Amino acid sequence: MQTNSDEALIGRIANGDRLAMQVLFARHHVRVYRFVLRLVRNEAKAEDLISEVFLDVWRQAGKFEGRAAASTWMLSIARFKALSALRKRTEEELDEESASAIEDHADNPEVSLAKKDKANVLRQCLSRLSAEHREVVDLVYYHEKSVEEVAGIVGIPEATVKTRMFYARKKLSELLKEHGIDRGWP
Amino acid sequence: MNAAKESEPSDIELLLPWHAAGTLSQRDKQRVETALANDAELARRYALVREEFGQTIHLNETLGAPSARALDALFAKIDAEPSRAPAASIKLGARVREFFASLSPRTLAWSASAAALAIVLQAGLIAGVLYKEQAAPSPGTYQTASMPLAAKVEGAFALIRFRPQANAADISNFLESNKLTIADGPSPGGLYRVRISPNKVSSTDLAGIVKNLQDNNVVGFIAPTQ
Repeated sequence: MQTNSDEALIGRIANGDRLAMQVLFARHHVRVYRFVLRLVRNEAKAEDLISEVFLDVWRQAGKFEGRAAASTWMLSIARFKALSALRKRTEEELDEESASAIEDHADNPEVSLAKKDKANVLRQCLSRLSAEHREVVDLVYYHEKSVEEVAGIVGIPEATVKTRMFYARKKLSELLKEHGIDRGWP
Repeated sequence: MNAAKESEPSDIELLLPWHAAGTLSQRDKQRVETALANDAELARRYALVREEFGQTIHLNETLGAPSARALDALFAKIDAEPSRAPAASIKLGARVREFFASLSPRTLAWSASAAALAIVLQAGLIAGVLYKEQAAPSPGTYQTASMPLAAKVEGAFALIRFRPQANAADISNFLESNKLTIADGPSPGGLYRVRISPNKVSSTDLAGIVKNLQDNNVVGFIAPTQ
């Protein structure tokens, strides 16, 4: 094992090494933040949550067995924290989020389409996927997680991971079609 | 096999996103590549996957990064955690070792030389102050040819360690303005015994004088002594 590998750092963190904690944080906090932000859709909340995620890393480092990659382990913790935070949200907050989502839906895609900016519309449609679909798309494409790793993070069978990804992509095509972009699939 | 003719996605089609991300096993990668080479519709759908892949990365990369507040909050929480094994003294030792290990041999050599030089210089400068005092004794006082023995000097005393940054002028000014004389030192810990008053003073008064001297910026440590 390399002395500066994630696994080695977690071993040092288990012994209370704060410098190792700082290195691991520097290495992973941006990706963890983005993963959480895509789920909770609130920057301040996402910032609060990543310190919670890494505090759990600090506390549980001694229990990390290295069966999964460290980044996969951290994303599992992040997902748990994000979903717990979402469950705590008040009805009022959810209403505000829905209102802003409706507003976005009414304006942006048409404007962008007028500019024939297909890539921009595609990104907006990616943002409009359900949390469940956004999560799997991000894990596969951005966090480069294998089928097995996604199954471990989300806590579902591997076959379900594959079909969930397929239906997320299918939904994406439907959203694009609503905005005038027909990809000829499905 | 033609993907377009199938109502349900084939196993190969389900794997396309992972093929684009490069996270398939060698075996599955080979299966997908073979299928893509033989199925034009599957290849067209793969082009859509690659498009989604690129835009998902683009979208995530534009999300920005958290502020330094997140790191501060994390370490504030860690500081509030109960300490864990190994013991704090061992951790401190390990941290000190880690700090010195992180310095290059050249930096380390320079730091050690600079620290040693500072101590020698300060000891020399204070010896100079002491010599000057002895060279010009107060009228009416008796001096032996040898250095005065601390135990024989009457009065009220304090132990003092000067800050490493303090220079000779600062120390000299401090001693003169407070009418202090160095009676003994330095000890191995860099402590000097200074005479605060030629007469005995009560312990309460001595504590008050020491407390006032403590505020001077040349003083690193000071405490009443016999």
